[in-house]
Amino acid sequence: MLRLPAFEYLAPRTLEEAARMLAEAGAAALPVAGGTDLFPNMKRRQMEPRVLVGLRGVAEMTQLSGSAAQGWRLGAGITLARLAAHPELRQSYPAVALAAESVATPTLRNMGTVGGNLCVDTRCNYYNQSYEWRRAIGFCMKRDGDICLVAPSSPRCWAVSSCDTAPALMALGASVRLVSAREERVIALRELYRDDGIDYLALKPGEILSEIMLPPADGWRSTYRKLRRRGSFDFPILGVAVALRIGADAIVEQARVCLAAAASHPLEAVKAAEMLAGKKLQPDVIAAVANEIFRVAKPVDNSDLTLSYRKRMARVLVERALRDLAEAAASGRNGQAPGA
Amino acid sequence: MNAHDGAGSHARFIGRDWTKVDGAAKARGEARYADDLALPRMLYGKLLRSSVAHGIIKRVDVGPALRLPGVHAVITAADFAPVRFGIMPSSQDEEPLCKERVRYVGDPVAAVAAADEETAERACNAIEVEYEPLPAIMSIDEALAETTARIQDYGDGPLPNVHKNVALEFGDLERAFSQADHVREDLFFFQGNTHLPMEQHSAVARYEPDRRITLWSSTQTPHYVHRALAKVLGMPMDRIRVIATPVGGGFGGKSDPFSHEICAVRLAQLTGRPVKITLTREEVFLAHRGRHPALMWLRTGVRRDGTITGSQIRVLLDGGAYGSYGIATTYYTGALQTTTYKIPAYKVESGRLWTNKPPCGPKRGHGTPQPRFALEAQLDKLAEDLGIDPVTLRLKNLTEPFTRTVNHLRITSNGLRECLEGVAEASEFRRKWRHLPFGQGVGIAVSSYLCGAGLPIYWNDLPHSAAQMRADRGGVTLQCGAIDIGQGSDSVLAGVAAEVLGLNPDEIKLVTADTDLTPVDLGSYSSRVTFMAGNAAFEAASKLCDFLLTAVSRHLEVSRALLVMGDHRIYDRENPECGVSFAEAVTLAEAQFGTLVTAGGYKPPALAGPFKGSGVGVSPAYSFSACVAQVSVDPGIGAVRVERIWIAHDIGRCINRTLVLGQVEGGVYMALGEVLMEEQVFRKNLHKIPSMLEYKSPTFLEMPPVETILVETHDPEGPFGAKEVGQGPLLPVIPAVANAVYDAIGVRFDEIPITPDKVIAALERKAGDRPVRVGPKQFPSFEFRAAIKVDPPDGWERPWWTPTGADAAGYAEASRAIQPPPRAPRPAAGRSEPRGRPQMR
Repeated sequence: MLRLPAFEYLAPRTLEEAARMLAEAGAAALPVAGGTDLFPNMKRRQMEPRVLVGLRGVAEMTQLSGSAAQGWRLGAGITLARLAAHPELRQSYPAVALAAESVATPTLRNMGTVGGNLCVDTRCNYYNQSYEWRRAIGFCMKRDGDICLVAPSSPRCWAVSSCDTAPALMALGASVRLVSAREERVIALRELYRDDGIDYLALKPGEILSEIMLPPADGWRSTYRKLRRRGSFDFPILGVAVALRIGADAIVEQARVCLAAAASHPLEAVKAAEMLAGKKLQPDVIAAVANEIFRVAKPVDNSDLTLSYRKRMARVLVERALRDLAEAAASGRNGQAPGA
Repeated sequence: MNAHDGAGSHARFIGRDWTKVDGAAKARGEARYADDLALPRMLYGKLLRSSVAHGIIKRVDVGPALRLPGVHAVITAADFAPVRFGIMPSSQDEEPLCKERVRYVGDPVAAVAAADEETAERACNAIEVEYEPLPAIMSIDEALAETTARIQDYGDGPLPNVHKNVALEFGDLERAFSQADHVREDLFFFQGNTHLPMEQHSAVARYEPDRRITLWSSTQTPHYVHRALAKVLGMPMDRIRVIATPVGGGFGGKSDPFSHEICAVRLAQLTGRPVKITLTREEVFLAHRGRHPALMWLRTGVRRDGTITGSQIRVLLDGGAYGSYGIATTYYTGALQTTTYKIPAYKVESGRLWTNKPPCGPKRGHGTPQPRFALEAQLDKLAEDLGIDPVTLRLKNLTEPFTRTVNHLRITSNGLRECLEGVAEASEFRRKWRHLPFGQGVGIAVSSYLCGAGLPIYWNDLPHSAAQMRADRGGVTLQCGAIDIGQGSDSVLAGVAAEVLGLNPDEIKLVTADTDLTPVDLGSYSSRVTFMAGNAAFEAASKLCDFLLTAVSRHLEVSRALLVMGDHRIYDRENPECGVSFAEAVTLAEAQFGTLVTAGGYKPPALAGPFKGSGVGVSPAYSFSACVAQVSVDPGIGAVRVERIWIAHDIGRCINRTLVLGQVEGGVYMALGEVLMEEQVFRKNLHKIPSMLEYKSPTFLEMPPVETILVETHDPEGPFGAKEVGQGPLLPVIPAVANAVYDAIGVRFDEIPITPDKVIAALERKAGDRPVRVGPKQFPSFEFRAAIKVDPPDGWERPWWTPTGADAAGYAEASRAIQPPPRAPRPAAGRSEPRGRPQMR
């Protein structure tokens, strides 16, 4: 079988200790939580950190507290299974639970963490391959090479952000706490990402994503729809998270629409959100927003199925998500279980 | 052999549900698969595989690898005699390691043995190989376009990259089409796909102190691996011992002798230490031997009432870089179209092409799913053209029991009609077909498959399967060369023996698939084990039974004819109190006759017709299946969801009903992957998605409820009347789903897989109610060989035996009249009801 490269594993008990260890080990180190993304990638030599700082023993990163009225603080080390099953979060922030329960498989969700999912490596079917495969085809710029095999004339890497929870949390206005040995800061989740397949995270050296803050639910309704080939296991071909605040007169007061797997970062469709504000969720409004989403989604040929299909599906998925929320609002519920 | 009536309603196990004999060990993780073996001082081996699709090897420098600490040996082609191997005698085209040329990305070039896997991997990467690249041929079109460069130095022509070119014509085709009121010509494409067994191939070799070799391997065909090792290593077979370990899924992918097996042995010889090579998942995709991509042209003529007058198929197969089973595949792609429908005139032209891809070979259904998809899809269109429903059209043309086909195949028991009627009724097909709302649909198809290839892979006159039985110490040991690949062959052997002897299956001690200890069985392929090894076990057990009855008769002073083999006991039918236990019977017989060892064997009757190529397709019996699929299509995202499958299978007789249902459901599952998802596809000459994450195969969330109807026809030659179930049930599912998709959305998929992007693209082309077709646009011009013209067998369409009132002797006589068999077919038990009633699960 594929074997892991040799590495040193450190097991801090506190966040402070973890940050210190990461700082001391420098560029050769990476933090690891559930390891469900990192270890397979290491087996394929997509990354070969010499030191891993394991966060599983850091108890303070598995705290979960709050309420719909005050907002929630989610430790980054909470497993996706725990997040998906949390009854109050399911009730008040359905998009988050729907996204969490759509990641990978039940076994992987028992190991994988929400923080790990937010930091999940960008994907490309020229990159997520064994060392031997990549050597045979010619290495790409994301690892060991200097061109993009998807778009050879491109100066940048087009690997796809394949995180389900980021669009859901972004749509709900989440922010994240970043802790390093030198400082601690809180940024909006959208600030965590860069539109770059290689440097896709705006982390400073030695920073650990320790906590996610969800603002008060405050009338926001949300949902997440994920497109993939199979009901389990698969990364998103496309994901759409929508959060809306709908007034008593059925008029959308505020909206956020975020896409998974449509770019190298979780893509916030700002114009689509503006188009929703002040409108009722009538078919013409939904169609216009879907057209706008179709315009901004720009997949490239580096994941499952054809890129023209994936682009078309952006329209369908956002229509369905908006209809879900329109129906939910009409019947006084929050989000709805995704069908796609 | 009249002392037991195990075939009848008193059967203790046959026809019933009972626990798989190896089930508990596998469920508990106690079964020892090849990769579980860890021998003292064992080294880990790994293959370095070609990184170019086609090239000349200019230089291999193993020095940097040898210098790494922990590396014990590095071998290349120079470490082998220049002897080629391969599964078929006439395509011996593989080398353990490539000497001068590599033919696909993944072709093995060198092998290392090291102290651990990490070092072995590092050593492989340290080997320096310089290639002179040659143009790669990656598709059927490219293979046909290439006029000079060759991938292999042999082939049938007329072009340089044609491996096999065959054409057979039965009956008067021209007349057949002139008699038709309606003729259809359609093009189809069946994408290649792979087996995806859970267990990766693994082999462990040990060089024994007496300079013999032992190889443990995850293989379906230990006998053929044995022969290949002897040939390549230049050693007599009796110096080599091959032990097949429990196989964690084969499906045809572990039926060839493989480079890693031979290299493990060579490395063990050179280092004097055991060597294990386990393939990575990516390497399993490269070892492949999976479904051939097939481009097909099919022409069928029918009368106005739906009667088929004739059919003709042209096939081009994308074979990959080596022969594998490809010669057989080429013939199979056409051979079994005639076993389901009376086709009075039939022509098949089939060509297999070389491409720079991993070799294709046998996958569940071997060469028959592709033309079966084409035929059943075309019949759906013909039914529509004629305004006849697809069930009626098929019923009009079904083959009958105990008849022959135009291409000289002998059909024995045949429950196809019961299968078709059974699924049509259970699914309410006629009520639903063309009446469900847009987006929902039903489709139907039927099929047939072999119960073991009628001829061995290499010419010989020996039994295809043999079993030895020994009784002593109160118990019974059964030795047979067959390997359980998960299909349940151990349970079949144990169940057959237990039924004959009045024991429980888990009391039969099994020694299987060990070339030092067991007589030859040709392997777990072509759905042959239940039929052939089952018959061998039946004969061995029956002979043992004879010894026991004779001894007990003398001991009890009761006439043999009055003795019954009961539950662990032999007793007087008229005075059941009077009897002895099985263990006592064994002691009595051993005292009377000496060591109790019996043997049984099976060789199919001589069935091949009088023409070249007639060896492929013949089988002592055929299974039959019918399937209805109900689907719903999401027109927004193009996803096809299979809501329910109804499948009926003529099993002859269940040896173990639970295992039969498991095989049916497994076949359905695999078929759904092929029709909706799976693609062995290449990009820039590499396998595009060699992982279980990205090579899409259904999870159990995609698995619909399956309603299985078992039809029991009690085949006269099967053990207890049993036939195959390992492969047949896959076949009708693929066209049934494609036909259901058409019923749902009016889009004809003449190619598979039917993926969501294709569905969306087709729906966008569809304006109004006009049907849309997705499929190949043209069949390339290709010069097939002039057909061998063969007259149909005399009176082929008439039954050669009528079950009613006939006895075994009558059957044997009628069967002999078809082809003179080398020996009389041995009548098997279980003929009490030649045509069974459908049995609903």
